[in-house]
Amino acid sequence: MIQADLNIVLPEVILAVFAMLALMGGVYTTKDKSAPVILWATSALFVVLAAWIGINGEGANAAFGGAFIDDGFSRFAKVMILLSAAAILVLSQDFMSRHGLFRFEYPILVALAVVGMMMMVSAGDLMALYMGLELQSLSLYVVAALRRDSVRSTEAGLKYFVLGALSSGMLLYGASLVYGYAGTTLFAGIFTTVNAGDISLGLLFGLVFIVAGLAFKVSAVPFHMWTPDVYEGSPTPITAFFATAPKVAAMGLFARVAFDAFGGAVADWTQIVAFLSLTSMFLGAIAGIGQRDIKRLMAYSSIAHMGYALMGLAAGTAEGVQAMLIYMAIYVTMSVGTFAFILSMEKDGQPVTEIDSLQNYSSKEPLRALAMLVLMFSLAGIPPLVGFFGKFYVLKAAVDANMAWLAVAGVIASVIGAYYYLRIVYYMYFGEERDALNGSMPMVNWLLLVGSAAVMVLGVINLFGVEGLALTAAGALVN
Amino acid sequence: MDNLLSVITFMPLVAALILALFLRGDDEAAQRNAKWLALIATSVTFLLSIFVYTGFDASNTGFQFVEERDWLMGLQYKMGVDGISVTFVLLTTFLMPLVIASCWDVKHRVKDYMIAFLLLETLMLGVFCALDLILFYLFFEAGLIPMFLIIGIWGGANRIYASFKFFLYTLLGSVLMLIAMIAMYLDAGTTDIPTLLTHTFASETFSVAGVTVVGGMQTLMFLAFFASFAVKMPMWPVHTWLPDAHVQAPTAGSVVLAAILLKMGGYGFLRFSLPMFPVGADVLGIYVLWLSVIAIVYTSLVALAQSDMKKLIAYSSVAHMGYVTMGIFAANQQGIDGAIFQMISHGFISGALFLCVGVIYDRMHTREIDAYGGLVNKMPAYALIFMLFTMANVGLPGTSGFVGEFLTLMGVFQVNTWVALFATTGVILSAAYALWLYRRVVMGDLIKESLKSITDMTSREKAIFAPLVFMTILLGVYPALVLDLIGPSVEALVSNYDTALLDSGVVTAVAGN
Repeated sequence: MIQADLNIVLPEVILAVFAMLALMGGVYTTKDKSAPVILWATSALFVVLAAWIGINGEGANAAFGGAFIDDGFSRFAKVMILLSAAAILVLSQDFMSRHGLFRFEYPILVALAVVGMMMMVSAGDLMALYMGLELQSLSLYVVAALRRDSVRSTEAGLKYFVLGALSSGMLLYGASLVYGYAGTTLFAGIFTTVNAGDISLGLLFGLVFIVAGLAFKVSAVPFHMWTPDVYEGSPTPITAFFATAPKVAAMGLFARVAFDAFGGAVADWTQIVAFLSLTSMFLGAIAGIGQRDIKRLMAYSSIAHMGYALMGLAAGTAEGVQAMLIYMAIYVTMSVGTFAFILSMEKDGQPVTEIDSLQNYSSKEPLRALAMLVLMFSLAGIPPLVGFFGKFYVLKAAVDANMAWLAVAGVIASVIGAYYYLRIVYYMYFGEERDALNGSMPMVNWLLLVGSAAVMVLGVINLFGVEGLALTAAGALVN
Repeated sequence: MDNLLSVITFMPLVAALILALFLRGDDEAAQRNAKWLALIATSVTFLLSIFVYTGFDASNTGFQFVEERDWLMGLQYKMGVDGISVTFVLLTTFLMPLVIASCWDVKHRVKDYMIAFLLLETLMLGVFCALDLILFYLFFEAGLIPMFLIIGIWGGANRIYASFKFFLYTLLGSVLMLIAMIAMYLDAGTTDIPTLLTHTFASETFSVAGVTVVGGMQTLMFLAFFASFAVKMPMWPVHTWLPDAHVQAPTAGSVVLAAILLKMGGYGFLRFSLPMFPVGADVLGIYVLWLSVIAIVYTSLVALAQSDMKKLIAYSSVAHMGYVTMGIFAANQQGIDGAIFQMISHGFISGALFLCVGVIYDRMHTREIDAYGGLVNKMPAYALIFMLFTMANVGLPGTSGFVGEFLTLMGVFQVNTWVALFATTGVILSAAYALWLYRRVVMGDLIKESLKSITDMTSREKAIFAPLVFMTILLGVYPALVLDLIGPSVEALVSNYDTALLDSGVVTAVAGN
């Protein structure tokens, strides 16, 4: 029995054991000198696990009495999480070592966070949910404050921790209410209770608190306040990490709770999710306009993008979940490319994050500027770039679910948001002559930047087959 | 060839890729190579499009040269042309080599400039060939990217404001269309345009938030499409982006904008608004007619007050597009024939007028009308060509401008006499501003010191104008060249429209005649 259970969670076990072994190894041997080795080993392991999960996984299996679910949905999300985390790790190597931040704990903490994320998307029980969420969050609090001697970085870490703890508290309170009224922490059990008849007021309260806690993790408005400060304060590679894998995990968990536990009360939670989506899209679009710092801008951009992903979820259908998954896959790819670029924004060895430092960048580095142009238009959702298709899927899901008003609001917000992406293009291409950035770009970053831009262009042919995979994944979650 | 349309559409894109990947350096030789490659690619595209013209059977009102391939989520990559779209394809391929030739003297980032125009040509041709709703949208929107860059990088002093305004204004217009397209997809279960043309969308009156919507779904969808095409067209009062964009854009950019990009709006009305939402078009058609009249009269008056040549021609474009929308929403054979003819002829004439401004701008670097005067003394060839296109813009019989204006006025006269009456004043006003412009720039004595050394047109410039002169006069004396091509398709469109209206039981004043 336990043998079978362990077989199902084998990838997570391997990753956790690896993280602990690497920690021991690092502590007892060469400390920070071993950091590059651990980093490359970790990201290699991520890729291997992603391939393993992606190719080998089959059917729906439950372990530990249903507390851990391994199905198409969780596998899709896990592959996304692992690959994006691997990409961010290799991206960060150069930056970290040049700025004296390359501690061996960094890849290990990322690995532990990833274990937490994999747990989150596979959660089949409120306790498993909380365990995964906290493992992820605690690791992230620490990496946010990785630059201990910087006031901003510690501020970011502390802010993240305090607000994160608050949201965890809300989530936990909601979970206890749900447990009290449903009599079980298992999602399957909650599902049966919700389906049995009218949803009780206590359950409804529990649902609202859980949604609020999850909205904090995906940085949806009105629980977004931490995002710009944390994005700005953290070292750039960490910001890049925040913008990718944890967002996927949180959206995955959101969908999991919404459908596996409260699938019988779709009408109750779609309103809340639609509200979160609406406010996120508009706040992300409008508040981003005034930003001068590219990391803060990316924070608002990610808030807006989460709004669109939530629109897919708000549709409350399998098609909506498929749209959400496709959106997240596209968003993560774009973010990796964009952050590969932001990491190379340097002047005389110092990182620069002001947007107007990009003035006239295109005449110095035409290819990188072109890749960035593609990514910006893709983030803005202009066809024929792939970012448009992400929006198209969620809009279609929303219209199909009789939420045309949300879709209309979404496209209007996308026009407002287009302004700040255009502004970056404007600085790079129309800006005045001035002594530009002179940072070099390591090969890996260059490859990821150009590769991600190429994906945005070539994806118009068939989206690299993500559509079908997302469909299977969504089918596994919504029956 | 089975995939002729795809070959034509993507030929410029291939050339752009070759330029982007293989052309290195920014010296004189590299610049020359870039221009020649772009010129050859656009010329070959034009030559290939002649095969479409010869192979096209005008009596067949269906879509021809159709190609079909599966794409994402039930969408299709489907291309094809009918009598209406084939004229726009030919217009585009005809004008693009001239546009490329007109930017021969550009020195700043020549390679990128050529790539932008080649990309733009692919996207414009795609708009006219696409037979899938989303494919159409893709090409329609993507055209904003190269145009944004053309205005922003190579434009005038205030180019940043103009490029942002152009981009965001037109984007806001089109996104609502996207929602309507999704609604159509869900309603009809397909995005295939030929199928959608035969699909009847619900037109039962309902009320939204207490407002009664006559024509129901169709009216709402019509409005969503209207938002996009009216901005693109552009119609009064959403035309304000156009003068800014025109004034700041480089000459070649203005030519493409006026000659081809604006026509996408008119094409959209003919392809989607009229045949797919006949009830919506019928309910709102009368308002569109009045908006067109306001556009014609108001923007003609505004044109009179301009001191910048490009701005004057930009406002005159808005007025001429007013005739187009008026003809389209007259919804009868003459009106629509005239609207299409007007668009084609305006493509040649406005393109030529912007080139005329470009010729003297290249010499004097100003577009102020006051800076010129008496050019005829130094530039006789220029004066002759400019006069021809001024007359064509006024709508002198014998030039193509006359045919379009006359047909649209005739079409609308049968539907609403008052509209026709007020619209006709536009003909007088256009004579006023165009002739006055010509008088101030070309006639009189050459007294300005700065103009003393101005030179007449070079043979390259004359060569660019020659095809435009030829087409303007040819279409003026032999309009059947276009009318025979579009006639059967327009006839089918009008009869389908009338049948659909009768079937729906909503017959109002506009269609009643």
